[in-house]
Amino acid sequence: MSIAYILHLADNALVLGHRNSEWTGHGPILEQDIALSNISLDLIGQARNLYQYAATLIGNGATEDTLAYLRDENEYKNCLLVELPNGHWGTTIMRQFLFSAYQHPLYERLSDSNDENLNAIARKSLKEVTYHLRWSSEWVIRLGQGTAESRAKMTDAVNDLWPYTQDLLLHSPEEKEKWQERVQSIFKHASLNIPADVKMISGGFEGKHTSHLVEMLNEMQHLQRTYPGVEW
Amino acid sequence: MNEENKILSILQSVPDPEIPVLSVIDLGIVRSINIVNTGKKVEITVTPTYSGCPAMDVITINIRMALLKSGYKEIVISKALAPAWTTDWMTETGKQKLKAYGIAPPAAHRQSDPSAMFAEQPAVQCPQCNSFNTTIISEFGSTACKALYRCNDCGEPFDHFKCH
Repeated sequence: MSIAYILHLADNALVLGHRNSEWTGHGPILEQDIALSNISLDLIGQARNLYQYAATLIGNGATEDTLAYLRDENEYKNCLLVELPNGHWGTTIMRQFLFSAYQHPLYERLSDSNDENLNAIARKSLKEVTYHLRWSSEWVIRLGQGTAESRAKMTDAVNDLWPYTQDLLLHSPEEKEKWQERVQSIFKHASLNIPADVKMISGGFEGKHTSHLVEMLNEMQHLQRTYPGVEW
Repeated sequence: MNEENKILSILQSVPDPEIPVLSVIDLGIVRSINIVNTGKKVEITVTPTYSGCPAMDVITINIRMALLKSGYKEIVISKALAPAWTTDWMTETGKQKLKAYGIAPPAAHRQSDPSAMFAEQPAVQCPQCNSFNTTIISEFGSTACKALYRCNDCGEPFDHFKCH
């Protein structure tokens, strides 16, 4: 597996983990605030494992910290979907679902990988992602079938996020079919429609990001950039 | 006492920082003990419970401190992700300690199917009054490894250590 691909997986997990963590203390109800914070914790943990592995392949003094804190946005390889601002609760739920529906078959496939490090990380993470996928699927259905307002918000969320779904799957063609099946099935339960004729936006893997990632990294990397090597 | 047993009993005194009633041995996260130089150098392999378990770093430091105190000079602690930790590795003593502490131990049920939505949760026994008439409040509790339940009979809210 190429270093670029491992960094792509790591960056996806870190950036979404960071975005979700912005809900900590702001969730609509305490239980779901905690749920999303725990999902963040899982994702950031997965990112750490992937960065640690990538660092051993890169060498030259690279560590999980240099990879997370000292790369510019054009070196980040995450898909665009995960860097978008959280929007409202429905947008965050919809994004988590679209992402987990990709990450679950991805880790299933990597659980059979010949690369023993990726294999171990995938097997470990798969149990966690199974939870994320079920949790987010349930919420998409609840809100899709909920009140007129929740339904309208979920429809907006799908329309806002759909242009970024091609980019999500661009470098994991093996997962595309399973992803489509999952999304179709959950949308059917939720009475939501897949938008037609959408102009797709991509480029995350190549480092072509939205300004949202720049803002996020400015905040996330602030301490290490301002006081290089600082520890506490 | 042979040396491996001695180290085991030292590790029995190292608690999980988030659930201090459990030792790292009860939790089943110590995967191997390798004595390199009798009384001096030892290699320990530990495995994390969840990928993002924030207690892992503290646990590693605490294991090191406990062994240093017992005279070991060189302690190598490495992390192994495979095979992935499961609650099946928690010891019977550990499960009893959890219950006595007020946390329902993992029940013999594991959800591996993400399509099993809105599924009935397994019956979890209230650690206070032993009733099975309990309701899940939140799938995620105070830590990633626990879910929050409430007993419908005695009214007590409690944590359930999830099957993983």
